[in-house]
Amino acid sequence: MTDNNINNLENTARKLRRDVISMISKAGSGHPGGSLSAADIVTALYFSVMRHDPKKPHWPDRDRFILSKGHAAPILYAALAECGYFPLEWLDTLRKAGTCLQGHTDSTLTPGVDVSAGSLGQGLSVGIGMALAAKLDRKDYHIYVLLGDGECDEGQVWEAAMFAPNYKLDNLTAIVDYNGLQLDGTTKDIMNLEPFANKWRSFNWEVMEIDGHDIAQIIDALNKAKKVTAHPVVIVAHTVKGKGVSFMENNVDFHGKAPNKAETELALKELA
Amino acid sequence: MTNYSDLTTREAFGRVLTKLAATDNRIIVLDADVSRSTMTKYFAQAFPDRFIECGLAEQNMISIAAGLASCGKIPVASTFAVFASSRCFDQVRMCIAQPHSNVKVVATHGGITVGEDGSSHQAIEDISLYCSLPHFNVVVPSDAIETVEVIKTAIATEGPFYVRLGRSKTPVLYPNGCSFKLGRADRLRDGEDCTIIAAGIMVSMAVQAADFLSKSGVRCRVLNMSTLKPIDQKSILDAASDTGAIITAEEHLLHGGLGSMVAQIISCNNPVPLSSLGINDTYCKSGKPEELLEMQGLTAGDIEEAVKAVIVRKKVR
Ligand SMILES: Cc1ncc(C[n+]2csc(CCOP(=O)(O)OP(=O)(O)O)c2C)c(N)n1
Ligand SMILES: [Mg+2]
Repeated sequence: MTDNNINNLENTARKLRRDVISMISKAGSGHPGGSLSAADIVTALYFSVMRHDPKKPHWPDRDRFILSKGHAAPILYAALAECGYFPLEWLDTLRKAGTCLQGHTDSTLTPGVDVSAGSLGQGLSVGIGMALAAKLDRKDYHIYVLLGDGECDEGQVWEAAMFAPNYKLDNLTAIVDYNGLQLDGTTKDIMNLEPFANKWRSFNWEVMEIDGHDIAQIIDALNKAKKVTAHPVVIVAHTVKGKGVSFMENNVDFHGKAPNKAETELALKELA
Repeated sequence: MTNYSDLTTREAFGRVLTKLAATDNRIIVLDADVSRSTMTKYFAQAFPDRFIECGLAEQNMISIAAGLASCGKIPVASTFAVFASSRCFDQVRMCIAQPHSNVKVVATHGGITVGEDGSSHQAIEDISLYCSLPHFNVVVPSDAIETVEVIKTAIATEGPFYVRLGRSKTPVLYPNGCSFKLGRADRLRDGEDCTIIAAGIMVSMAVQAADFLSKSGVRCRVLNMSTLKPIDQKSILDAASDTGAIITAEEHLLHGGLGSMVAQIISCNNPVPLSSLGINDTYCKSGKPEELLEMQGLTAGDIEEAVKAVIVRKKVR
């Protein structure tokens, strides 16, 4: 990956962040914090790592992406629109009556969205189903599941964590957006996850820890993960909730609140 | 040839599933550590590569099934009815119902005739829960022969299914085969005095009651309402207008079950006298299946009494 490529991807990520702010601002509600923390990961996946074709959203051999933390839908919509799954104008309809872009992802309405989410804790299991199907069909597509750190409070995540290594699902990569915040406060205060990486290790996952805002590192980890055999991989991506907008960074108030007009202008300026 | 008529509904399920899977490799079976009881063990033996043991993790199992379905498989997820309904209801709602996922949840050990295991294992809310979900088809076969047809239909019909089977043996209702049609009630007896609408194990008791009553000149229509959703509204309204009185009988809570569905339909259209037999807002205890049915007023004798009483109300009206 050349510096030039990385530079382009960083610009794309910044563009997606601007889209996230504009969409949520127009919608008047939504989740900016977790969308911004995931922006670089989603950019790396859709614009570098994943095998996909926006003209054929149902292509059987495509890699799959599951946004298990479905409240971060705006960042996924921004990426899908930028890729060309649907017109960019759709972004202005987020959360409005009659829209194809629901408040949380809806697989029945949005081209490129494979899984409905919003009730946290289920995406990794769905990804396991897809990974099993790929193995049964001897297909080489890869499944990526993005989870929130707070989401890992859910017991089902650990049911899935126990399952995947037992079935040697090396075509499955989980990425945890470890931004240290959930809805009510810090993960440390609400429900301490540590020792987090060791939990996954003890469940027999191959674990990588990266800076989730360093696109070169993200791509490198994702490509390495694809080469691991006999084990699923979890990438613990250390991130900052609200990344890119100074007053949203590490600010739990912007977990699920839209910026007002002045905040929107300021945010867009910072992301210019 | 398998003679299904001698089998429990779950045995019939296990056998027919294995048979269907021989010619359809899209069929994948998931179980949560109860395959010896749900009888998916036959499938597991015949097709180990397509059998997915989930361990006792029903939530994970349901979501995995949805992932498989999204890749073109026909997953059949099986466990006991209590766990298949209340333990993973959110997963069923999010991963199967909302996205119209092609998953077949086939649950065994439904109702109170699980018996001795007691209330923790007696599914009495499952029909209500599954019928409340948009897009779901909900079917309760009455015997082993019908079970075979229901499973074939569920596999062949795109979309979410919940099929409730029992633990114990049920009397054979369809010795000469059964032409099950999704969403269509089967008229097993005809008469003009009253209609008994039943599902599952209560169907054979309804037939028994009707046959007994006919000896004293009371003639009953009997409907096997094996499909609870989409329910056969036409047959219910025909019963109301043709016979003027209805009894429902189900091995389930009265709230949200067959009785309340029938009440909803006739009260909006043709409110004839209705009396519903089922479990009335309570959990049951350990005991032999027959004992428990007796305690809940779910015997052929109870149906006979209910018929006589409802016919009196019909005349007063
Ligand atoms: C099952 C479930 N319980 C509660 C919620 C409400 N909720 C939405 S987001 C959230 C916090 C999520 O935190 P995290 O996974 O860390 O997400 P991020 O920080 O990336 O936004 C909660 C509790 C939910 N969506 N689903
Ligand atoms: Mg978080």
